Amino acid sequence: MYQQFKIRAEGVSAEVYHFVTKEAALDHVINFLQADGLADTSGALAVWAECSFLDGIDRDALRKIAGLKFEVTRELAAQARFGISQMEWALADTGSLAQNSTAIEQRLVSSLPSIHIALVPTNGILPDMPTLLSRVHPAECRYLAMITGPSRTADIERVLTIGVHGPDRLVIIFVDELGGGC
Amino acid sequence: MGTEFKESITRAVNNANLTGALGKFSEAYKVNRAKAYEGIDFEELRGRIAELKGYAAAHLDELSDQFQKNAEACGATVFRTKDPAKVREYILKIAQENGVKTVIKSKSMATEEIHLNRYLEEAGIEVGETDLGEWIIQLAGQTPSHMVMPAIHMTKEEVSDLFSKEVNERLTSDIPRLVKVARDKLRPTFLAADMGISGGNIAVAETGSIVLMTNEGNARLVTSLPKIHIALVGIEKLIEKFADVATILQALPRSATAQLLTSYVSVITGPTPNSDGSMKNMHIILMDNRRSEMAADPKFKQALQCIRCASCLNVCPIFRLVGGHVFGKVYTGGIGTILTAWFDELKKSEDIQGLCIQCGACTDVCPGKIDIPDLIMEIRRRLVKDQGLPLLQKTIYAVVNNRKLFHGMLRAASIAGKPFTSGKFVRHLPLFLADLTNGRSLPAIAEEPFRDRIKKISQPKFKEKAAFYAGCLIDFAYPEMGESLVKILNNGGIEVIFPEDQTCCGAPARYNGAYEVAASNAVDNINALLREDVTYVVSACPTCTVALDHEFISTFESLGQTEWLPQAKILAEKTVDLSTLVTKLVAAGRLTMKEGQKLGKITYHDSCHLKRTLKVSEQPRELLQKAGYELAEMFECDTCCGMGGSYSMKLPEISAPILQRKLKNIKDTGAPLVAMDCPGCVMQIRGGIDQDGAAIIVRHTVELLAEQLEK
Ligand code: SF4
Ligand code: SF4
Repeated sequence: MYQQFKIRAEGVSAEVYHFVTKEAALDHVINFLQADGLADTSGALAVWAECSFLDGIDRDALRKIAGLKFEVTRELAAQARFGISQMEWALADTGSLAQNSTAIEQRLVSSLPSIHIALVPTNGILPDMPTLLSRVHPAECRYLAMITGPSRTADIERVLTIGVHGPDRLVIIFVDELGGGC
Repeated sequence: MGTEFKESITRAVNNANLTGALGKFSEAYKVNRAKAYEGIDFEELRGRIAELKGYAAAHLDELSDQFQKNAEACGATVFRTKDPAKVREYILKIAQENGVKTVIKSKSMATEEIHLNRYLEEAGIEVGETDLGEWIIQLAGQTPSHMVMPAIHMTKEEVSDLFSKEVNERLTSDIPRLVKVARDKLRPTFLAADMGISGGNIAVAETGSIVLMTNEGNARLVTSLPKIHIALVGIEKLIEKFADVATILQALPRSATAQLLTSYVSVITGPTPNSDGSMKNMHIILMDNRRSEMAADPKFKQALQCIRCASCLNVCPIFRLVGGHVFGKVYTGGIGTILTAWFDELKKSEDIQGLCIQCGACTDVCPGKIDIPDLIMEIRRRLVKDQGLPLLQKTIYAVVNNRKLFHGMLRAASIAGKPFTSGKFVRHLPLFLADLTNGRSLPAIAEEPFRDRIKKISQPKFKEKAAFYAGCLIDFAYPEMGESLVKILNNGGIEVIFPEDQTCCGAPARYNGAYEVAASNAVDNINALLREDVTYVVSACPTCTVALDHEFISTFESLGQTEWLPQAKILAEKTVDLSTLVTKLVAAGRLTMKEGQKLGKITYHDSCHLKRTLKVSEQPRELLQKAGYELAEMFECDTCCGMGGSYSMKLPEISAPILQRKLKNIKDTGAPLVAMDCPGCVMQIRGGIDQDGAAIIVRHTVELLAEQLEK
């Protein structure tokens, strides 16, 4: 299913990576942020929403990276270049991610910044949407968000253009060690 | 049709930006849609959608109750009303109570249906559209031209002019740059807005959830950033079960934009926390505005199965020429005509219903399985019932309804038309058919109609008999097609009888809403065709075949006349089109064609009624290939030729460019010969080729096959 997901997600311009350990994934995230301008003189910010990936990780050490914040507010998210969150599920047949986004912070980091980095537990990959909907109870999951590739429009002359109101890059990182979705 | 309406059509077909953009899009759409549906059984899927939406339409009250109960249990406030005015008042009241100064919106047809923006703006509230296309339209002070792509009629240069004014900076027409400008310009509006208004693609009764889909991500911001969220949902968006969301989402993005899924799907069930820790103030408005009346109408309840994908617009040969503005301000295209007739008023659909040429292309792709052309015919019927027929048409039908008089006039025309005939074509037609020659040559009325010619053919006697229903065109314009048919069936061991009392199939009357006339034609024909015991009633005109096979029955049903129904059903049983019957005879080894013929290249045009109503498309192709022709398919082989009976008379400004497109596609194959199964299409295409001067021969399949029989 991972292969199918990867093909579909890349088909809609998402970037897909896979790591066995959290440590390797974390290294990748930090390198990515720094390579893409975090903490350079431009003062680019990254906001990281609460998630189980962060359990057992020394946040204070990470805070030393200039521009990386764990306090997600509207203002910070609106200024940030990167938003990081954990998405619980991935749908193999459409290349989509899904998350219980009831907490506003989860939505802010995935909708306001121009790059969204999504951490996904590898065994959160489901075959399709019917499977997802059978696991979700709307009364508890007040805001179920599905994301398929970056924000796009074709409203001017039908030319596909990436990044209108949402992120123009979606970076998906699967992590085996994260276990399953909830 | 009003002059103003006619002018809007002329403007549209002459707008090269519009027809260029729509034309290109419609071509790409067909390919991409097919790709998006790869591996999915579309018929099975739309069967399920039609069923679940049909169920919801039949239980609107129950589902509304259930939705309200469940959404309120989660903390949302649900307001239900039949009246668009109450919707506007309710939204304004909430806005005023909460001191709202600015509103941001994500795309919602329901808000356009009730003209919400203008109302709120007049009350001093600033309203910002955030969907890029809607924003462009708002800046331009226009209305959307397409349900899914509101600004498809505008060029990047026009957009760059608009944006330049908005940001006080001279912008180029670089599209990614323009999109970035829109993002930057709208961002502060999002962050400052006091209220978000959205529509709802789906409302789930079982859970009280609403589903929102966007590609741009604006609906996520509209539902997340402001502290108040109002969702305006037409009650036709209700479905019963949460699991069925997946069924609709499997079809909607594929049909709408050929995507597997839109970039963002949000399923919202009650209020969620704001970023300051308070809870969102969430209201859901379930709006009726005549939807439950529609649900109670035995014919139109079907239209509530619509999931608003707009694929019916994307495949419509008329829409791609004229675009949305001709249709009015809110809902456009075929389904838009139906929705306008209901949500606005029947009278408003008077002009636009005439745009539909009844080709059926939309019904083929509709994920809600709606018979759009049939519903448009029903609108026509009701308009005629309300307002009567125009005098000219009344006169025509008085004639058509009197077979002897009608046929007498056609015979007279063959003589009177002579001075105007050059070769095989008429440049000007006498009598009421005068307008017919606009933009294309017409066949001369034959000196001797088929009904006279058949008497001179000596047929061998066979046990098996078929009644030939010729239809007006073969009888009076193309009798040679009838002769070919007799030759073929005789060769296959069938004797052809020609019931003299057969008359017009009633299609012209029916397609103009004159159902009473059509019913009386039907009765005459049933009497004529069932008098003698025959195995088949065969026709070489698909429009006539459809009349005999389906429409007599549905005309009686629409009028509530039951007396002739059993006879009509017997007739339908026996009715068969030429290609299907010949295919049968060939398969049974009763008919053989000359072996090893090399007849060269041919291309084939699918007639709308044959392909989409009768589902016959492979049979004539196989027969022609068996006869020795080498098939070269043309582009858009099954797109309408623009004939549509009297359509080409009423709307020559649309019919002509459709014909030109067809001619180009035929020429591009390089074949010197084009075949088709319909004398109406022959008339249109042969007439077009005659004026065009191309060296291409246009024939009915029946003639080509008759030439290649063994013996
Ligand atoms: S009528 Fe059918 S094709 Fe047209 S918008 Fe509705 S569901 Fe789509
Ligand atoms: S039947 Fe043909 S012309 Fe009429 S709405 Fe459908 S696609 Fe358009």
